[in-house]
Amino acid sequence: MKLKWLLFATLTTLAVFLAGCEPLLVLDPKGPQAERQANDILLSIGIMAVIVIIVMVLLAYMLIKFRASKQSEDYEPPHIEGNPWIEAICVGIPVIIVAFLSFVSVQSNYIVESTPVGYEDKEPLVIYASSSDWKWHFSYPEQNIETVNYLYIPTDRPIEFKLYSYGPITSFWIPQLGGQKYAMSDMVTTLHLAADVPGEFMGRNANFSGKGFAENTFNVTAMTQSDFDKWVEEVLETAKPLTESEFEKLLEPGHLGQMTFTGTHLDFSPAPEHHHADDSESETETDHSEHSENKSESHDMTEEHMNHNGH
Amino acid sequence: MEFFERFAIPHPSPAIYASMVAIGLVSIGIIVGLTYFKKWGYLWREWLTTVDHKKIGIMYLFSAILMLFRGGADAIMMRAQLSTPDAKLLDAQHYNEIFTTHGVVMIIFMAMPFIFAFMNLVVPLQIGARDVAFPRLNALSFWLFFAGAMLFNISFVIGGSPDAGWTSYFPLAGNDFSESVGTNYYMIAIQISGIGSLMTGINMMTTILKMRAPGMTLMKMPMFTWSAFIANVIIVFAFPVLTVALLMGTTDRLFGTNFFTTTNGGMDMLWANFFWIWGHPEVYILILPAFGLYSEIISTFSSRNLYGYKSMVASMVLISLLSFLVWTHHFFTMGQGALTNSIFSITTMAIAVPTGVKIFNWLFTLWKGKIRFTVPMLYSVGFIPLFTIGGVTGVMLAMSAADYQYHNTMFLVAHFHNTIIPGVVFAMLAGLTYYWPKFFGFMLNERIGKWGFWLLTVGFVLAFFPMYITGLDGQARRMYTYSEATGFGPLNLVAFFGAALMAIAFLTIVYNIYYSFKNSPRNIGSDPWDARSLEWATHTPVPEYNFARVPQVASSEAFWDMKKKGHQLFKGDFKKIHMPNNSGVPFIMGMIFFLAGFSFVFALWIPAVISLIGIFVCMALRSFEKDHGRYISIEEIEETESKLGGAK
Repeated sequence: MKLKWLLFATLTTLAVFLAGCEPLLVLDPKGPQAERQANDILLSIGIMAVIVIIVMVLLAYMLIKFRASKQSEDYEPPHIEGNPWIEAICVGIPVIIVAFLSFVSVQSNYIVESTPVGYEDKEPLVIYASSSDWKWHFSYPEQNIETVNYLYIPTDRPIEFKLYSYGPITSFWIPQLGGQKYAMSDMVTTLHLAADVPGEFMGRNANFSGKGFAENTFNVTAMTQSDFDKWVEEVLETAKPLTESEFEKLLEPGHLGQMTFTGTHLDFSPAPEHHHADDSESETETDHSEHSENKSESHDMTEEHMNHNGH
Repeated sequence: MEFFERFAIPHPSPAIYASMVAIGLVSIGIIVGLTYFKKWGYLWREWLTTVDHKKIGIMYLFSAILMLFRGGADAIMMRAQLSTPDAKLLDAQHYNEIFTTHGVVMIIFMAMPFIFAFMNLVVPLQIGARDVAFPRLNALSFWLFFAGAMLFNISFVIGGSPDAGWTSYFPLAGNDFSESVGTNYYMIAIQISGIGSLMTGINMMTTILKMRAPGMTLMKMPMFTWSAFIANVIIVFAFPVLTVALLMGTTDRLFGTNFFTTTNGGMDMLWANFFWIWGHPEVYILILPAFGLYSEIISTFSSRNLYGYKSMVASMVLISLLSFLVWTHHFFTMGQGALTNSIFSITTMAIAVPTGVKIFNWLFTLWKGKIRFTVPMLYSVGFIPLFTIGGVTGVMLAMSAADYQYHNTMFLVAHFHNTIIPGVVFAMLAGLTYYWPKFFGFMLNERIGKWGFWLLTVGFVLAFFPMYITGLDGQARRMYTYSEATGFGPLNLVAFFGAALMAIAFLTIVYNIYYSFKNSPRNIGSDPWDARSLEWATHTPVPEYNFARVPQVASSEAFWDMKKKGHQLFKGDFKKIHMPNNSGVPFIMGMIFFLAGFSFVFALWIPAVISLIGIFVCMALRSFEKDHGRYISIEEIEETESKLGGAK
């Protein structure tokens, strides 16, 4: 019973504490994908809280009602094997809950793996996000620019991130826009995000990748399409071109500030685009567009592809 | 000079040098002490060469407690480093080594030996057997575990600790990104103890299938034996995967193969898949025996039979099957697409159903019972709500789309500690207190034990519940520092206080052992808890042969029936008892494995080859050995029995 009160007190304290704070990043979505995920999270918290409360109430009842100190000396507890009704309820209700959550989960899977809801008819902006120890390189093939450790994106346009890594496995995560996905050295994964409103968001590598992992973050700024276009123009006018030797230097382990270049590294260091385990329709679909966008890399790719598959 | 550089620590710090000195002093102290008190012979005869399952169990138990403190020291350092923003207590490298060793030590070298301790101590007694099926193999299992544990533990003072996380994902764990020998230690130490675990799995399976007392059908086995049986079946299926994965990882690191590299066709994800095909069932290897212990304890202290015995067994069988079908939920974010994620999301959530059945069965075991709040019972009823919270957050994590937000965050860290600590650690402490009188002949102090329980519970809640929140606020796991602007500071400080309370709780529990050893009465009889199953039907302390006469079993609560219904448990006269002989070979083989492991870590090929030959020589010698064991005579049995409280 003390335990009950303790837990209750702890949870209340936490709730009060939280109420006084800013909303938690994950529960403060700024895009459709993150919103779906936040809704799933809140829904599951609600259902799960009911289960926890039922278990706690039952436990409290049993512990208070049947403790030895309240019973007569000669009370002999009965031998009870089980009861089909009770067991049917104890199996049936969890099955219904799990079935319902599975239904929601499967639906959400297809939603977060495809173009964000409400953005289906807009052409996605493809950004290649690659990681190296311990920084992020963002290539905008459409705009022909590249940034390091910061990301400008237009609002009201779906963004299609192509993720890969020049080193250990990393995980690309912008909590307020949507959940993370791995970036690996031997394949490209696709993450669909979109920002509903302008704003500044935190982005980071969420998968441990060695010494510089804690600071492996980047800033995300969402802005209107016109602001974004202005920024692109400005970059094209002012930034230096990204050369192969410059890029090789960037890949060396270490932390860098924010940097901006014209051109992308995709020309001389293409993404490892072949498919290890790719069964989502959307990825296959979008891959066509990349191939046409980056014709120059197709030659290197075939060779690399064969190496990887050990032919 | 170059020779010594290889053994130097790549990232030394004053703490490591201090530990070196401490290890040296303790070793010298042990050697001097043993010599001074003339205990070398005793140590060799009674412990190092023993094949008695009870003594092996006790050795597992003490190793596990030792490792609990090793892993706990790591935990405290981590929480201290994270207690304030921008703390400078540890640097990134040191922090990485610490969380890696914390994970490995706690899972492989603390939780595993802890469950093996209870399997060894309790299973043969519960099924009315004289020993396990292969006593000498059992000793070898222990010494392999011990060799692996010691090899892993010297890593931070010789050559550097592994720093790629306990999951050791490639390519980070490959030579390109982890240059020190740390990951070699990881691969080889876990391999050695893993071989020991696999042998235990085979041994225990055989024991339970072949050595049950007459009348004990499978559906009359006590619940802990059932849980141990299923856990060992999982071991036998899961550990070979780990063996192969570690071997591939070792050859990648030592011989330049390219299984998991980024070039030449290596597939980094292959490691992750292998690791979790072992790693997920491993969770159930740990938790199922814990469930078994809870079943015994809740039933004993409610003075009631276990409610829903059959559904308990069925749920464990179902969990064991499902445990092999969910590994992908450890990397929903790996880009395998919506279909795969959906399948694994459903299989993962499905585990909640049999687990829920177990929770309700325990609740209904309390129903109409006569509940005594002893220390083991406190852990067991404390486990129910805490584990339920851990379980439901597991269901939340199983929703793969939402998992994109939880993955790699402190939310996940909170979840698995919320299942493993109330699930496994509480069960081990409950079992420790519950079985202590049977194996050591005195009770642990209840008052101090209750202090330990409450400190641990409060500490646990404070340490881990804040992490759910910081996780949802974007705190990734394994970050050695964070800025003040993130706002993670206050909750991490709370977590640090929780961790400190937990440390105090563990010290209290150890103090309890010391205090009770000094002060507790020794005339406690053989059944101090008024228990129900067969292990309490033998004497305290348990004689070498466990049962003078083989018990005749008619239900899963044979001992209870004997006490209450006048069931005849022991019939007939004494017969001479066949027992295995002690052997030094398992210990020696364990030590050679240690040397072989050390040589492989540092790629010292000549000693490596010599030790490998030594291992094969030991095996060859065994196959030529004519050792048929020995018999305990009837007179000797009568004498022991009358000394321990008269023949029943």
